[in-house]
Amino acid sequence: MRYLPLTPDDRAQMLGVIGAASIDDLFADVPAVARKSEPFDLPHHAGELEVERELSALAAMNRAAGAGPFFCGAGAYRHHVPATVDHIIQRSEFLTSYTPYQPEIAQGTLQVLFEFQTQVAALTGLDVANASMYDGSTACAEAVMMARRVTRRKRAVLSGGLHPHYAATTQTIAHAEGMDIVRQTVAIDAEAAVIEAIDSETACVVVQTPNVFGVATDVTKIAEAAHAAGALLIVVTTEAISYGLLKSPGEMGADIAVAEGQSIGNALNFGGPYIGLFTCKEKLVRQMPGRLCGETVDADGRRGFVLTLSTREQHIRRDKATSNICTNSGLCALAFTVHLSLLGETGLRQLAAINHAKAQRLAAALGAIPGVEVLTKRYFNEIAIRLPGNATQMVEALLEEGIVAGVPFSRLDPAAGLDDVLLCAATETTLDEDIDAFAQALSRRIGR
Amino acid sequence: MTMQTVGRPTRPEEVNSMDARFASLTGGRGLLQDEALIFERDGWGKTGVDLPAAEAGADDLGDLVRKSPIGLPGLSEPEAMRHYVRLSQKNHAIDLALYPLGSCTMKHNPRLNEKMARLAGFADLHPMAPLPTIQGALTLMDRLSHWLKTLTGMPAVALSPKAGAHGELCGLLAIRAAHEAKGDPRRRVLVPTSAHGTNPATAAFVGYSVTEIAQTDDGRVDLADLEAKLGPDVAAIMVTNPNTCGLFERDIIEIGRLTHAAGAYFYCDGANFNAIVGRVRPGDLGVDAMHINLHKTFSTPHGGGGPGAGPVVLSEALAPFAPAPWVVHGPEGLTLVEETVEEAAQAFGRMSAFHGQMGMFVRAYAYMRSHGADGLRQVAEDAVLNANYIKARLSGVMTPAFPEGPCMHEALFDDSWLEGTGVTTLDFAKAMIDEGFHPMTMYFPLVVHGAMLIEPTETESKQELDRFCEALIALAQAAKSGDVDRFKGAPYLAPMRRLDETLAARKPRLTWKPEAGVAPAPLAAE
Repeated sequence: MRYLPLTPDDRAQMLGVIGAASIDDLFADVPAVARKSEPFDLPHHAGELEVERELSALAAMNRAAGAGPFFCGAGAYRHHVPATVDHIIQRSEFLTSYTPYQPEIAQGTLQVLFEFQTQVAALTGLDVANASMYDGSTACAEAVMMARRVTRRKRAVLSGGLHPHYAATTQTIAHAEGMDIVRQTVAIDAEAAVIEAIDSETACVVVQTPNVFGVATDVTKIAEAAHAAGALLIVVTTEAISYGLLKSPGEMGADIAVAEGQSIGNALNFGGPYIGLFTCKEKLVRQMPGRLCGETVDADGRRGFVLTLSTREQHIRRDKATSNICTNSGLCALAFTVHLSLLGETGLRQLAAINHAKAQRLAAALGAIPGVEVLTKRYFNEIAIRLPGNATQMVEALLEEGIVAGVPFSRLDPAAGLDDVLLCAATETTLDEDIDAFAQALSRRIGR
Repeated sequence: MTMQTVGRPTRPEEVNSMDARFASLTGGRGLLQDEALIFERDGWGKTGVDLPAAEAGADDLGDLVRKSPIGLPGLSEPEAMRHYVRLSQKNHAIDLALYPLGSCTMKHNPRLNEKMARLAGFADLHPMAPLPTIQGALTLMDRLSHWLKTLTGMPAVALSPKAGAHGELCGLLAIRAAHEAKGDPRRRVLVPTSAHGTNPATAAFVGYSVTEIAQTDDGRVDLADLEAKLGPDVAAIMVTNPNTCGLFERDIIEIGRLTHAAGAYFYCDGANFNAIVGRVRPGDLGVDAMHINLHKTFSTPHGGGGPGAGPVVLSEALAPFAPAPWVVHGPEGLTLVEETVEEAAQAFGRMSAFHGQMGMFVRAYAYMRSHGADGLRQVAEDAVLNANYIKARLSGVMTPAFPEGPCMHEALFDDSWLEGTGVTTLDFAKAMIDEGFHPMTMYFPLVVHGAMLIEPTETESKQELDRFCEALIALAQAAKSGDVDRFKGAPYLAPMRRLDETLAARKPRLTWKPEAGVAPAPLAAE
């Protein structure tokens, strides 16, 4: 067995040192009724070649996003990741290390986290960022629960433009903690409606920009209304590249900003692992969930980094912790930081501009088709379009022509009554020919 | 730039260096380079990517466009490579040496798994892509589910939780939903004193109050105390098995029976499944829910603190309450149940935006297939053998917390053997770094004074275990012979000396900020 170094001789010698007659002696505490003696109905061990064959066959049953024209977004975006990023995250010292609880021999991971936190704070225009969460949706749920701790109020208002899966995740987790979650009606321009729902019991309002329909919104007025009522504004973003073009949540008055960071440095991975970004104003830091890396010095006075403010965390505070989270998305954060370091401000702004330009081209091409209405007026790289018929059926039809047209809104929220709405994203990986092929095929299908 | 030599007064105890240490003229340590932060390299206008010009402007966005600079430096590709490779060299890793963190299962991470996860059909696959284009992914999830259910003897599994603690949350939410469905919402969760911090934190997160159960002198759940504390308001018990003392709960079946008799559910923290995989099925122990850390038992890399993956296996009683999404067999192949309506109406909701940690599913499945059922059984046996070997070899110089009987996959020592030496568990651990080893888990579990919890895992050779034991024996002898400076000042030979965690917490500096008067000059807004 290639992963097991012990030889039969080693095992015999070691049992001798232990003073056990057989390995079964070491399992003596297991009740007899629970000892599994007959073999499992599962295959036996297999060599690399055999395993690779099976998994390659499974991978081949999928259609990779890069295999042809592809327009899915809805919270996960296909971007080009430089080759350097994947090399760095496969370095043994990053890949096979644990949480940096021994900072003297984990400065690599810790300095990366410090750089990561600084980058994320800069992107969102807020003061402090944590070392990351599982993904954007769980970061959103954590932000809502943090608002409860800060305001000591229980009511959270979720905008109808929030990704339905984020709303569902937040409802599941925060409701369990005893919060009253108000989900507003799903609508394309739903943001303004949250203002009317803010009252003196409201802990926070949660607004996504660009929202699930791709609509970019200035949330400044919502921030003002929330603050006037003593509530927090939580701004959610699912496409982190948009920070390169759009006003940051901090500039618009957000108290907490959370985001899905997958777009920077991380592959689609069929939905995970991803990376939740979590930032807030400095004065709220002690109510933050998750790990934080901070600067300090060592015994020789040299600057170094450690995990800090851990008295908020479960391993110290147990049932009084700010969250039960015991991990961050370490390697995804590394990928994020390496990619963003390569981009720099210049590259990120340029990449964001390219994404936006591709979406403009896509909107123009689709909007020119009779019967298609582009619903999203101000967007970053994703638009919602209304089709003359059912969007799911249209996606199936276009798939026959080799085109993955996007995500039907009904897949995210079947109850919203938006069966004719399709979400379509374009990124720097989208070719102009792909857009042309999509528009032509859609036009033909509608014409039929 | 040698910012690292600029510092404030130190907090760690002032001790004499072992000798006047040789110091370099530039503050570095030989080939181990001091490395400035990316923000300290004057790369404000730099980029390491070549992108074409955008074909259109952003006039359509009006005042939504960012006007102010972001404040992000860039690096050219060679600079980025060197920066992050230099940083990497300041980390310890499994690929370098034994990583004996108890309760963490730091085993070898096969590179075949990495290769498989990077196949375009998995890595470049969108979670909301049309069903006909994701049949391979769903098949893999289905096969992984089959393995997890078979190995645990449980009828159902929820794959979507993204880490162990997220799995605990999933399990408790299912338990809560099951009680509510019976019209019997309950208030309390029982947790042994030796539990991981995530157990009480999760129970509180879900709105339960936490009651601790006492432990017996031999490191197990105190049945009498459990029986006394069970009652009609108890929703669940959360027990780690093997427990955090590295011991199998001998009375586990009785624990399950008592729990069920009180109308409560049995949550098992599966962090230590590596000790029993292939030999014991939690389903045979009366467990109702258990998370499986794929990053422990099934070898997916820890990545410096994540991402993990924490699927939860569920009993018949809890299965109907599992969260969306899940894979089902339909007339046209596999499909996903993504909404909690109709036949899924009892599902308690959703744990995250998509389907879970697919990248980790691929790695874990590749690992399972590589080992097979026979190999996994050997995994548990070798993990337990290695831990008992360490316990046997070190018992002469250190004091095992529970000397009687075998341990499972980790060996637990207390600090009574250090009494009178002036050396603490922390000092001893830091001195291990100078000998080339990562410390063991310290001061956990809380029930053992000055705890040192050593988990070698099955992927260590006898030679490496011997090297480790000999280093610890030598250190133990040094501690007992009064060589206190070796410990108090440790580590001396690591990339950094002991770090001042008190200062970090008292004056939190969580992001880089420009020094006063030398603010960077980021790009002007476009």
